[in-house]
Amino acid sequence: MIVANRKPFEEIIGMLKPYARILLLGCNECVTVCATGGAKEVAVLASEIRLFRAKEGVPAEIKEVTLERNCDPEYVETLKPFIDDCDVILSMACGCGIQFVGEHYRNRIVLPAVDTTFDGVTEQHGVWAERCQGCGNCVLDRTLGICPVTRCAKSIFNGPCGGSQGGVCEVNKDAPCAWQLIVDRYKEMGMLDRYLEIQPIKDWSTSRDGGPRKRIREDLKI
Amino acid sequence: MRLSYPPNVKIVKVPCTGRVDIIHVMKAFENGADGVYLVGCLEGDCHFLVGNVRARRRVEYVKRLLDECGVGGDRVAMYNMSSAEGQRFAEAAREVTEKIRGLGPNPAKSAKS
Repeated sequence: MIVANRKPFEEIIGMLKPYARILLLGCNECVTVCATGGAKEVAVLASEIRLFRAKEGVPAEIKEVTLERNCDPEYVETLKPFIDDCDVILSMACGCGIQFVGEHYRNRIVLPAVDTTFDGVTEQHGVWAERCQGCGNCVLDRTLGICPVTRCAKSIFNGPCGGSQGGVCEVNKDAPCAWQLIVDRYKEMGMLDRYLEIQPIKDWSTSRDGGPRKRIREDLKI
Repeated sequence: MRLSYPPNVKIVKVPCTGRVDIIHVMKAFENGADGVYLVGCLEGDCHFLVGNVRARRRVEYVKRLLDECGVGGDRVAMYNMSSAEGQRFAEAAREVTEKIRGLGPNPAKSAKS
């Protein structure tokens, strides 16, 4: 899932200053699962904004809408009836949703209420961690399911660097060294000989280095 | 026991404090409450195991939200007591009422009126 963090309230309220009628938009997908921008979080932020604006004596009119997805046109189009009645859209969806809604309703500004951070998993209730950087050239077969691109701070490919101490990355005491995890996994599976295979230089042109990416399946086009 | 406690305290019954969500507390303030406190069972005595522990964490979270929006996190509190402690219940009601009276009315409400 795409993981996001809510922006600090001060920043949100600053962005909203010129506006009275706000469409507060949530998403039922990733940001619901990471408890950042689902219907519940939309309700709480709306309440916070209303309380703040009431206290300031500048009341805000907030319409709360949570779409099934903000990254598909069929759902984004359902926002149409609400657009004329708002001065601005404040979105709690990920960066994709924020942009996509903006592309559809060009006469309204879409403001971000969240900082989109990473593609990750729910390690435990309330704890999310990064697992994929979408490099476009997966190596998980070679590293037995542990991604050195994402989980190693340097994204290196042939064993740990000198900053790996006691299985922990020098960059962050809470981050295990990805290469320690990979070597442990090789041992666990009786495949330590795989560690000796030298990985060639990775082609990063499939990653962000090649510019924005697009995927097209002609057979699915309508 | 015939104990009295301040008449301004309005009780909202829930099956367990674990049922109380952040939005419930926020809505109370939006609707003009000057303070909100949760009264849960003693920790370790929850019929649903950890409902009261979760409620305490939510109270801490709501405090942050209320501080952010200028209403003030001090207006929220959590108490734990057993259902046999009527005396303690009345005491808590008085304690919270006095504290909130000291803080004054909910600033979002006073600006509105």
